[in-house]
Amino acid sequence: MAIFNLNINGKQSQVDVDPATPMLWVLRDHLNLVGTKYGCGVAQCGACTIHLGNVATRSCMLPVSGVGNQAITTIEGLSEKGDHPVQKAWLEHDVAQCGYCQAGQIMNAAALLKSNASPSDAEIESAMNGNICRCATYLRIKAAIHTAAKLTTTKS
Amino acid sequence: MESVKTTINRRSFLKVSALAGGGMMLSFSWLAGCNPSAPEEVATLPKEWFELNSYIKIADNGLITLMAPNPEFGSNVKTSLPMMVAEELDIDWKDVMVEQADFFPERYDRQFTGGSLAMQMAWKPLRTAGATARHMLIAAAAQAWQVPAGEITTENGMLHHKGSSKKASYGEMASKAAGLEVPKEVPLKNVKDFKIIGNSKRNVEGVNIVTGKPLFTLDYKREGMLIAMIAFPPAFGLKVKSVDDGAVKAMPGIKDVFTIKTLADDYERNFFDTTSFTELVVVVGNTTWEVMNAKKALKVEWEKIADTTIALAGRGGSKQTVTIPAGLESTEGHLAKMAQMAKKPGKELRKDGDPEGVFKKATKVIERTYTAPFLAHNAMEPVNCFAHVTAEKAEIVAPIQAPEIISQTLVARLGLPKEKIHIKLARMGGGFGQRAYGHHLVEAAVISQKLNAPVKLVYTREDDMTYGIYRPTYTATYKAALDENNNMIAYQVKAGGIPESPLGFSQNRFPAGAVDNYLAEEWVINSNITIGAFRAPRSNFLGAVEQAFLDEVAQLAGKDPIEFRLELLERAKKSPVGKQNDYDPDRYAGVLKLVRDKSNWKGANKDVHRGVAAYFCHNTYVAEVVDLSIKENKPVVEKVFAAVDCGIVVNPDAAANMGEGAIIDGIGNALYGEMTFKDGVPQKNNFHNYRMIRHSEAPKSIEVHFVKNDKDPTGLGEPLFPPIFAALANAIYKATGKREYSQPFLQGKGPLV
Ligand code: FES
Ligand code: FES
Repeated sequence: MAIFNLNINGKQSQVDVDPATPMLWVLRDHLNLVGTKYGCGVAQCGACTIHLGNVATRSCMLPVSGVGNQAITTIEGLSEKGDHPVQKAWLEHDVAQCGYCQAGQIMNAAALLKSNASPSDAEIESAMNGNICRCATYLRIKAAIHTAAKLTTTKS
Repeated sequence: MESVKTTINRRSFLKVSALAGGGMMLSFSWLAGCNPSAPEEVATLPKEWFELNSYIKIADNGLITLMAPNPEFGSNVKTSLPMMVAEELDIDWKDVMVEQADFFPERYDRQFTGGSLAMQMAWKPLRTAGATARHMLIAAAAQAWQVPAGEITTENGMLHHKGSSKKASYGEMASKAAGLEVPKEVPLKNVKDFKIIGNSKRNVEGVNIVTGKPLFTLDYKREGMLIAMIAFPPAFGLKVKSVDDGAVKAMPGIKDVFTIKTLADDYERNFFDTTSFTELVVVVGNTTWEVMNAKKALKVEWEKIADTTIALAGRGGSKQTVTIPAGLESTEGHLAKMAQMAKKPGKELRKDGDPEGVFKKATKVIERTYTAPFLAHNAMEPVNCFAHVTAEKAEIVAPIQAPEIISQTLVARLGLPKEKIHIKLARMGGGFGQRAYGHHLVEAAVISQKLNAPVKLVYTREDDMTYGIYRPTYTATYKAALDENNNMIAYQVKAGGIPESPLGFSQNRFPAGAVDNYLAEEWVINSNITIGAFRAPRSNFLGAVEQAFLDEVAQLAGKDPIEFRLELLERAKKSPVGKQNDYDPDRYAGVLKLVRDKSNWKGANKDVHRGVAAYFCHNTYVAEVVDLSIKENKPVVEKVFAAVDCGIVVNPDAAANMGEGAIIDGIGNALYGEMTFKDGVPQKNNFHNYRMIRHSEAPKSIEVHFVKNDKDPTGLGEPLFPPIFAALANAIYKATGKREYSQPFLQGKGPLV
C-alpha cells in the first residue's frame, strides 16, 4: 500500500492503494467515479478510456503509480453541465443503445478532436478502432464526431 | 376507434402521495429530453403525486411519471414503451419523466425483454393504461365542472370544456381522478391521430449515458459491500476437486475463500436455469483488483465430470431429461461428429409431396452443406450481480432479461417466499439473449446468504467469455431440385447442432408452402458445453444459410435472386402447399420489392458487388442488400439497404438505430465471430483473440427503410440480424466467385486488430 495524490477532474484526491492497482479500479472502487467502465482489462476495448493530460489512455492498464502529477479527466469531468460538444453531438444523434461503451467512446472522441479539429472518416475510423461497441453504434458515433467537430469550430 | 376492455386490476389504483421528496429528486433529471435538473427546476418540484395506475403517476403541478416495465438492454424499451402510454394519455412528451420499474409481477404483466416481443406484447396493455387514465381524468373534470364527460376534450395534458370555456391541467384533476372507478371499457386512438407514436423521441437515458452516471449493476454500491469472484473450471467437462486457499486467504483485502453449490441436488430446473457449473470456488474481498489478483493466485485441483442426466421442466409444463456427457470436447471433434450426423436420416419435422421421388427424376439437383461455430455474446458489461440476502429478505440488483423465471429459482434456493425477494432491474450493458439466464443472480444471492453481507459478484471479461451459454454450433444440408423450366419442384433441409437443432420451430417457414415437395429433418448431438439464446436464436443460422442457398438455386435456375424469391412467394400466395405455413407471402414480397426499389437493385454502381437476402422471424419481415468492394484483399461493405415490415414503427429513429446495430453485428459475426474448443477449453478468452467488428470494419453507410402500414407493431432487435449474413455471403460470391459455406468467413484469413 502507498499513498497517491491524484489530480482528477480538477480536484485533488488521495488514495491509499497497492501501487500496481490500475487507475480504472482506483476510479471505480476507491473514488466512486464509475462512469469509466470495465470491459476487458487488457487494453482491447476502450471502455475504460480517460484523459491523461490531453491524451486518451486506457485506464485498465495504467497503474496508479504511473500517473504522477499528470492531470486526469474522466467522463464525469469532461464538462460541468454535460454540454461538451461531443456530449451534445452524442445526444443529437441519439447514439447510445445499451450505453455501456459510450463513456469510453466519448472520451476517445474528445481527445481526437483536441488533436485533429476536423477529422476525416478514415481518421475517425482509425482513431476509434480501439473502442468496441457491442451494440454496434459505429455509424452514429462517426456522424456524431463530425457534428462535434462542427460545434467545436463554430464555438471557437 | 377501437374499444378495449381494461384489465388493470383495482389493486394498482392506490393514491400514492408519499412519493414526493428524495426519490423524485433523483428521477427529475430523467425528464425526457431535458438536461439534468437546474436549481430553478428543482424548486418547482411537485408536492404530491397521484397514481392513476401501475404505469402512470401525475403530480399536482402537471408533471407526469411513466413507468417503464421491461428491463432495458439497449433496445430502447425504456423510451418506446412509455411513448405508448403517453400517446393515449394525451400528454406532451416534454412533461414526461420515465422511471424504471422494479420487478413487480403483481403490477406489471410481462417484465421480460427478449424475443423481439416487447412492442407487440405492450401495444394493447400500455395504450389501454394511458387511455384509462385519460378517461378517469375526464370523468373527474366532468364531475368538478358539472358537464357531460362526452363534451370534454384533452390535449397535451390539459382538459377543456368548450361550452363553459373551462380548462384544467391533468395535475389539477389528478387527485380526484385517482379516487374514481376504473372504466370497464375505453376507446383507443385511431392510428391517424397519433402524435407521439411514429415521431422519434430520444433515449430518455441519453443525458445520463453521456455524462457517465451510475446506471449499471457494475456501478452499484452499498455500504459494507464486498466483492466476490468465482474461479471457474478452466474447461467444460471439469469440476472442482479440492482447493488450496492458504496463501490466498492471507492476501491483502481478502476476506474469505469457499465453495458453494448454486442448485440443490434434487432441484428440478426450468428452461432458463442454464448454468455451466453448479459447484463454484468463490473468493471474497474488499476491492475488485484485490479479488482479481487473489483469484489468479488460487490453487484449485479439478477433476473430470461423469455422465449426468438432469430433469428439466420444459416448455408448456412438459418434462424432459437432458444428458450432459462426460469428456473434454474439441471443435475438430464437433465438426467430424456433425458431418457424420448430416449423412444420416434425421427426425422428420414436415413433409409435403414426394421429395425423394422428385429428387431422383429432376433435371437439376443442387446440394450444399453449411456450418457455423459457437458464438459468445460478449455483452460489453460483463456478467455481474449485487445481492444482499438476510434471514428475512433478499435484495438483488441485476442485469437480467427474465426476472420472473429466475425468481422461481431464487425462491427454491434461498428458502425465502417470493414476496421477500426484491429484484431491481438495472440497465444492462447489452444482453443479446445471454442475460435471460439468471445464474448470476443465484450465485450472488447464495454468496451473500452465506456471508450475511451485501455482495457484488463480478465476472472478469475472461469469465464472461469462457463461461458458456453460447450460441450453439450448427450444420445444415440443403437440397433443391429444378424441372426443365427451372421451377423449383423439391426442397429439403436437414439441420442439427451441438447441443440443439436450429430447426425445431421453423419447419413451416418459407420456402415451405411454396414448393410441392418439401422435407425438413433435424438431429442433435449432446454436449457439456452450455448454450442459450443469442440474438434471433436458431434463425441467426437458418436465415444465414438458407438465404445463401437460395441464391445458388436462383443462379442455377438462371433467375434474378429477387425475382426468383418473388415467384416462390407468388406461388405460396396463390396455391400454398400445406396449411401450417407461418408467413404472409404479401408482406414477405413487400420487403423484397421495397429493397429492390430503394437499392435500385439492377442499377448498382460498377465498383460494387451486390448480394440480397430476405427473412421472416420474430414476426417481422426483412430484406437486405449489401454493396461490397474488395480493397487490399479484404471485403469492405460500402452500403447496406434494409427494408423492414414491423407494422407501425413506434420510435422511428431509435428503430433505425436498432436496425443499424443488428446489421453491423451480423456482418461482424459473419466475418469474424467464433468460439472454438480444445480439450474442453474455450480457445478465446478476451478481445485480443475473440475478434469483434470495429469502427473501421463497419459498413460505410446503412439505410433502413420501413414499410408503411397500420399493422400492430412487432419487434426489431433480432429480425435484421439473420439475413445480413446471407446478403453478405452472396455479395462476397459476386466479388470473389467463391461461395462461403462455413462461418466465420474471414477467420484465420485476415490479421487481427
Ligand atoms: S477495459 Fe480497458 S480497454 Fe477494455
Ligand atoms: S452502446 Fe452498447 S456497447 Fe456500445
